[in-house]
Amino acid sequence: MSSVAHHLDPLALELCALSKTFKLGGGMLHKSRTLKAVNDVSLRVPRGQVMGLVGESGCGKSTLAKMLLGLTPPSAGDVLINGKAIVNANQKALARHIQPIFQDPYSSLNPRQRIAQIVGLPLRIHGIGTSKEQAVKVEEMLDMVGLPKRAAQQYPGQMSGGQRQRVAIARALIMRPDLVICDEPTSALDVSVQAQILNLLLDLKDEFGLTYLFISHDLAVVEHLADRLAVMYLGQIVEEGTREQIFTAPRHPYTQALLASALTPEPGLGVPDIGLGAGQPDPTQPPSGCAFHPRCPVAQPTCSQQAPTLSAIAQTSDQATRQGNQARVACHFA
Amino acid sequence: MSNQSSVERSTAPASPLLSVKQLRVDLPVAKGTLHAVRGIDFHVERGEMLCLVGESGCGKSMTSLALMGLLPRKAQINADCLNFDGVDLLTVSEHERSNLRGARMAMIFQEPMTALNPAYTLGNQLCEALRRHQLVSRKAAHDRALYLLKRVGISAAEERMRQYPHQLSGGLRQRVMIAMALMCEPDLIIADEPTTALDVTIQAQILHLLRDLQQEFGTAVIFITHDLGVVARIADRVAVMYAGEVIETASAQALFHAPSHPYTQGLLRCIPTPSKTLPGSRLQAIPGVVPSLVDKVEGCAFCNRCDHADERCYSTPPLQTVADRHLSRCHFAHQLANPATINAQEVTL
Repeated sequence: MSSVAHHLDPLALELCALSKTFKLGGGMLHKSRTLKAVNDVSLRVPRGQVMGLVGESGCGKSTLAKMLLGLTPPSAGDVLINGKAIVNANQKALARHIQPIFQDPYSSLNPRQRIAQIVGLPLRIHGIGTSKEQAVKVEEMLDMVGLPKRAAQQYPGQMSGGQRQRVAIARALIMRPDLVICDEPTSALDVSVQAQILNLLLDLKDEFGLTYLFISHDLAVVEHLADRLAVMYLGQIVEEGTREQIFTAPRHPYTQALLASALTPEPGLGVPDIGLGAGQPDPTQPPSGCAFHPRCPVAQPTCSQQAPTLSAIAQTSDQATRQGNQARVACHFA
Repeated sequence: MSNQSSVERSTAPASPLLSVKQLRVDLPVAKGTLHAVRGIDFHVERGEMLCLVGESGCGKSMTSLALMGLLPRKAQINADCLNFDGVDLLTVSEHERSNLRGARMAMIFQEPMTALNPAYTLGNQLCEALRRHQLVSRKAAHDRALYLLKRVGISAAEERMRQYPHQLSGGLRQRVMIAMALMCEPDLIIADEPTTALDVTIQAQILHLLRDLQQEFGTAVIFITHDLGVVARIADRVAVMYAGEVIETASAQALFHAPSHPYTQGLLRCIPTPSKTLPGSRLQAIPGVVPSLVDKVEGCAFCNRCDHADERCYSTPPLQTVADRHLSRCHFAHQLANPATINAQEVTL
């Protein structure tokens, strides 16, 4: 493919003002409350890149992933995959382009099916090839993810966590999708196995030219894998930029606190005192103004009155803007 | 280092608070006997933070349950020595044991929601922890609970005392668990993955708090975790476990700067470390998987995953002293501990 054609490629994934609102409770005596799980999120993921998505639990990362996979409809906004909106796309067509890898390989595989059946299921659903061709494809795929031939006849219960995650990866990739949503793919694994799976994900990305949306709370892993990074807080993106921008010069106080609380294996440094106060506020009653202001160490009176917008950082060069590399941050004082 | 000061503060530096020699835990399973803990040795000094680190299934939780006397009934426990401040934990009666538990040794579990009773208020549970062991008035117990809740950083403590566990967030619940463990001012706290279920920001706060309190009260802590980042930041000493054995013990500094067991070296190499590992590069994973502990493991349990293994590794390696207070269970420990024989850059993390 020429570089010009590559440049004109639509983005692998684009989110336009995506929101998801849940109604909670409600009944004869109680008023229902609304929970804005994802609130006006816009994000562009270029083809072949790894976009890391980080944030604390309950910040809306997984709801975002579910909307991308078509598992839950957005309340507002659009998801574009390869430049096409998926809102009314049928689930089957969508599944050819986007596939998930979930956190827990113990609950994401059917315990009563053999590995060959699990990995081959997408092929059968989409009616691709004869059963013989399917079996060959499954065997190829198992080989690519580093599983032995005999694994095809085993059940998930006979496998270790790392092997199961390899099966989940094989199942996700057998349809040759463009985009893979990795939702905490290694957090249920031991560290020695985690490295094997991360290596595999990197190899397969190059092999198939995949684009990853990599959701994780482990900042060391995200720093290792991601080209770009988006930081979420209470349903909103508060900062976005390249790996270097985020890790060397984080602008948003929340990103700074998040990075400070990541414990790298360096003895003698002690545990940082990040001074963030208690946990996230109740997401059904988000604070006024900037949602982060009650925990923010540098909050000013304006922060509680006026919500900052996610805007491009001024210093970014024109070239960076053209390449989609501009950094964005939502803070009055960034 | 804080290690030094806390050891000096102890009354009897000659005898450790807890000494464990050749502890074994066997569990009957469908296929035979699971040798969950296979003869481990370690000790805990008064006021020190010992980290037990290892991957899932390495026996670290079984060790802690054995120390607390909370093993499943069918489990078999053997040891040459299991001594807690002069009390032999192997022969102690269940009555004496339950007098120790909570009063002199306390435990903090990974998931505070399942460790707290959902049907009682927090104040009720906190006070019970004290009044079970000491003859104190309700008022005194209440005051102590209130003081500790404030001390662990819970605002509106008076109100929290009347609340139930489900009304608190995970981070707050874990703070309550820490307060509860401190109610009787125990000599030893065993914390089994206390921050694994928490967000990183909350984890940092809880660890900070635990380290502060440990130093303030002079409590010894056995901190069980699989996270080497956590170990590096809080441990005085570290014991690395693999397949039911302690394979290396050292001070935190020595372990991270000069690991001498191939497994420890492998673990440190395979975690991505900012500014040390190149982003997007291949990580040096440890090949293979942990051996099954259902049958007898012959020789070195790590030999099938080890780069250095040769015929010597078919025999069980002894625990060798590679430096002062630095032990390694490997035939090649001395060679590997010597930086000249290995690429020092790979190991120094």
